[in-house]
Amino acid sequence: MKKNKRLEMKGISKSFHGIPANRDISFSIESGEILGLLGENGAGKTTLMNILYGLYQPDSGEIRINETQVRINNPVESIANGIGMVHQHFMLIQNHSVLENIALSHKDTPFFFPNLRIREKIEEFSKSFDFNIDPAKKIWQLSAGEQQRVEIIKALLNGADLLILDEPTSVLTPQEIKELITILKKMKTKGHMIIFISHKLDEIMDICDRVLVLQKGKIAGRALTGDTDKKSLARMMVGREVVFNIKKEKLERGRQILSVEHLTVIGDKGFPALKDISFDVFENEIFGVAGVSGNGQRELAEAVTGIRTVRSGSIRINDEDITNTSPRHIYDQGVSHVPEERIRFGIAPGLFLYDNAILKQHHLKKFSRRYFLKYEEVKKHAKKILNDFNVSAHSINSRIGNLSGGNIQKLILGREISEKPQLLVASHPTYGLDVGATEFMRNHLLELRKTGSAVLLFSEDLEEIFELCDRIAVIFDGEFMAILDSGDNRLDDIGLMMAGSKKI
Amino acid sequence: MIKILISDRYEISAFRSFMTNLISLVSGLFMIGLVFLFLGVNPFYAVFKIFSGSFGSFYGFKETLTKAIPLILIGSGLTLAFRAKFWNIGAEGQLLMGAVFASWTGLFLGNALPSYMIVPLMFFSGFIGGALWGMIPAILKIRFSINEVISTLMLNYICADFLTMLIVGPWKGSTRFGFPGTDNLPESAVLGLIPGSRIHYATFILSILCAVILCIVIYKTRFGYEARVVGENPDAGRYAGIDFLKTTLILMIISGGLAGLAGVGEIAGIHHYLGYPAAVSSGYGFTAIIVAWLAKLNPLLTLISGIFFAGILVGGDAIQISLGLPAATVNIVNGILLICLIMGEYFLKNKITLRFSK
Repeated sequence: MKKNKRLEMKGISKSFHGIPANRDISFSIESGEILGLLGENGAGKTTLMNILYGLYQPDSGEIRINETQVRINNPVESIANGIGMVHQHFMLIQNHSVLENIALSHKDTPFFFPNLRIREKIEEFSKSFDFNIDPAKKIWQLSAGEQQRVEIIKALLNGADLLILDEPTSVLTPQEIKELITILKKMKTKGHMIIFISHKLDEIMDICDRVLVLQKGKIAGRALTGDTDKKSLARMMVGREVVFNIKKEKLERGRQILSVEHLTVIGDKGFPALKDISFDVFENEIFGVAGVSGNGQRELAEAVTGIRTVRSGSIRINDEDITNTSPRHIYDQGVSHVPEERIRFGIAPGLFLYDNAILKQHHLKKFSRRYFLKYEEVKKHAKKILNDFNVSAHSINSRIGNLSGGNIQKLILGREISEKPQLLVASHPTYGLDVGATEFMRNHLLELRKTGSAVLLFSEDLEEIFELCDRIAVIFDGEFMAILDSGDNRLDDIGLMMAGSKKI
Repeated sequence: MIKILISDRYEISAFRSFMTNLISLVSGLFMIGLVFLFLGVNPFYAVFKIFSGSFGSFYGFKETLTKAIPLILIGSGLTLAFRAKFWNIGAEGQLLMGAVFASWTGLFLGNALPSYMIVPLMFFSGFIGGALWGMIPAILKIRFSINEVISTLMLNYICADFLTMLIVGPWKGSTRFGFPGTDNLPESAVLGLIPGSRIHYATFILSILCAVILCIVIYKTRFGYEARVVGENPDAGRYAGIDFLKTTLILMIISGGLAGLAGVGEIAGIHHYLGYPAAVSSGYGFTAIIVAWLAKLNPLLTLISGIFFAGILVGGDAIQISLGLPAATVNIVNGILLICLIMGEYFLKNKITLRFSK
C-alpha cells in the first residue's frame, strides 16, 4: 500500500548568496507517473530536488504530500515521507558487500545479525523487479549500472514511493540504460512515482509521461510527452529562438594553427570521453564548442594543452606533432589555456598575486636567469596585467586566494594572453562572471582573433557562442554532432544536437 | 544553545601569526606544567630548571648551541620539503644514513688522506647518504603513489637496523672489547671544536650557511617557486607544466642531504665513532619537525627555533639530573609543544565564532 500517492511542490523559491537558483516553481506528480525534469546545467534541477530531499530549505513555497503540507528538514524525514533519491554519484562503500551497504542504510535493520533479515528482503525485491544482483558481491566488483540498482533497492527498501533519479543515465552503457528503463517502467506499473532528471531529450521522450523544463531557475515550459516533440522541448530548454547577434568584424581566416585528427581520449571514469574527433582551427578564427558540460569538453581542452594523455589520434600545432608531449612543451609552442575550474587549476591560492602572474611562464627567459627568478621583472609584469586587465586587488603582494572569482579570471586571462599565444584554449571563460566582466572577456577574445591568434572556445552559453565564434561544433557524448559556420541556419536545431537527437 | 561557526580567515597579519604562536607555546607550557604536577614536581620550578639549564649558564648555552647544529641543519631542510607538502618524517633515518656513509669514508680513507681532504669528503659522502635515503620515498610517491608519511617513517627503522647490523657485524671495531661499535675515527677525520666546548665549528658554520641558502632557494629561485606551487596546489602545478618527479627528487635530495650532514657532524664532531642509532642521534630527526613548524617553514627562522628546541633538550637533561625525572619526560615536552603549535595553526587559518541562542 502506498502511503505517498500525490506530491506537490508549490511556489518554491531558493537563492544562494542572493543568486536565485529556483524561482516560483510549482508542479505535482501522482502515483504511477514518471515526470521528466529537463534543463541545462545550472538550470536549477538539482537544487529543486535537494529541497525535496530535505538537503536545503526553500526560501518560500511549500511541499504537500497527499494534500497535507509537510516540512522536510533533512533526508531522514524525507525518507520517512516515502521519498528516495539516487544521486548522480553513488553513496556506496566500495569495500563492503551489496548486503552490507543495504543493511547500513535500511531503517529497520535489526541490531543483531542484520544480514539475515535483509538478505530475504533483497531477494524478494530482486525477484519482483528482475534486478539480478548477488548480495554477497563487493561494490567495487559491480558495474556502474549494478551499483545504481543497489541504490534503487536501498531507496525502495526504505519504503520510497517517490524515487528521484539525478542524471541516472550519465554513467551507464547503452545496454544498461535499456535495463534501467525496463525497471522504471515496472516500478511505474506498481504505482511508484518517479522524477527523472536529465538533459537528454531521447530518454525523456522515451520514459516520461510528462516533462517539466527548467531554465535559469524558472519553469520554461511543461508538456505531456505524447503531445510534444523533441524540437519544441529543445527550444524550451535552450530558452530562445536562436538569434544571431554578431558585432564582430569580418576577417579572412589565415593559415591552420591547430589540427586534431581522430582523437580518442579516456575520461576519469575509464570510458572514452572523446571518440574519434577531428577538426582544425585557423588564424583569425574563434572555433566554438557548444554543448552541455560533461560531454567531453574538459577532456578535449586537457588533451590539447597536454594535461591529459591521448589514447589515439594526433594533435598538431603549426604542423608540429605535440600529441602526448609535456604541458610545458605545448605552452612553448604558443598554446595558452584558461582552464575550466579556475581555482582548482589556474592558481596557487596561498601564493602572492605576482607569483600567480607567471604560473606557466616562470621558465621563460624573460622571468628567469639560470636558476633564479627575476622578481623585479615578475612584479612589473604582474602590475601590467593588473592595469591592462582591470584586476581590482589591494596590491600585487596580496594572496590571490583573497581575490573575487571575476578578478582571478581576469588575471588568468591576462596572464594567458600576455605572451601573444598562437592558440588560446578558453574553457567557460565567462562562467559565473557579472555582465561587465563578461563583456570585457568577450572583447578580449575578439581582440585576440583580430591580432591573428586562433581561439578554441568552450562554452555552455549559446549567446556567447553565437556572438563570438566563426565556426561552431556541437559536442555530445564525446562526439561532434556537427561543425557548422556560425551563419548556417541548420544551427536552429542546436538544442536537438546538444541533446544528442540530431547529427549532421 | 551555543552554535560554533567556523569560517576561513583570509588575511593573516604577521602580528596575529606571532601571537598565535606565542599563545600556543604558552598553553603548551601550561599543559606541560600539568604533567609535571602529575609527576609530583613543582611545575614552575621544573620549567624554570629547563630554561635555566639550557640558557642560564655559559656551560649550558654552549651545550644548547651544540645540539642546535643538527636541529638547524635538518629543520631548514624540512622547511623546503614541507612547503611542497612532502611530509618527510624520515629525517632521523636520513641522518643515520649520512652517519653511516661518513663513517665509512672516515674509517677506510681517513688514514690515507690529510685532514683538509678527508673532512670535506666526509661531508660530501654524508650528504650523498642522506640524499639517497631521502630519494627512495620521493620515487615511491611519484611513481607508485605510496604515501610518503608511511614510507619515510618506516625507512627510519630500516636504516636504524641496518646501522646496528653494521656495528655488531662487519664494522665491529677491534678496540671495542667485543662491544658493538666501530673503531674511533682517525685523528684526521675528527672535526675541530671551539675550545672549551663541544661545538664543532665547521658544522656550526655550515648549518647557518644552509639556513641562509635555503631561504634564497625557496624565495628566489625557479626551483623554490615550483616547489611552492606544487605544495599549494598540485593541480595548478600539473597545469603549469611542472615536472613532479624532478621537483620532488631535488627537494628530497636537499632535505635528506642536510639531514645526512647533521649525521656527519654527530659522528665526526661529537662521538668519533659509529655506535647504536640511539647514541648517534637523540631523535634530532623528529625534533627538527617541530623546529621547522615553529619557524613557520622559513629556513632563516629555524636558527631561532632550532636553538630554542636545543635548549629544551639540554634542559631536559638538566631536570633529569636535578629532579630525577625519567629521560622520556623531554619527549613529552616536545610532543605537547608540537601538538599545541599545530592546533594554533588551525585557529590561525580559521575564524571561530560562538553564537548564543535560545
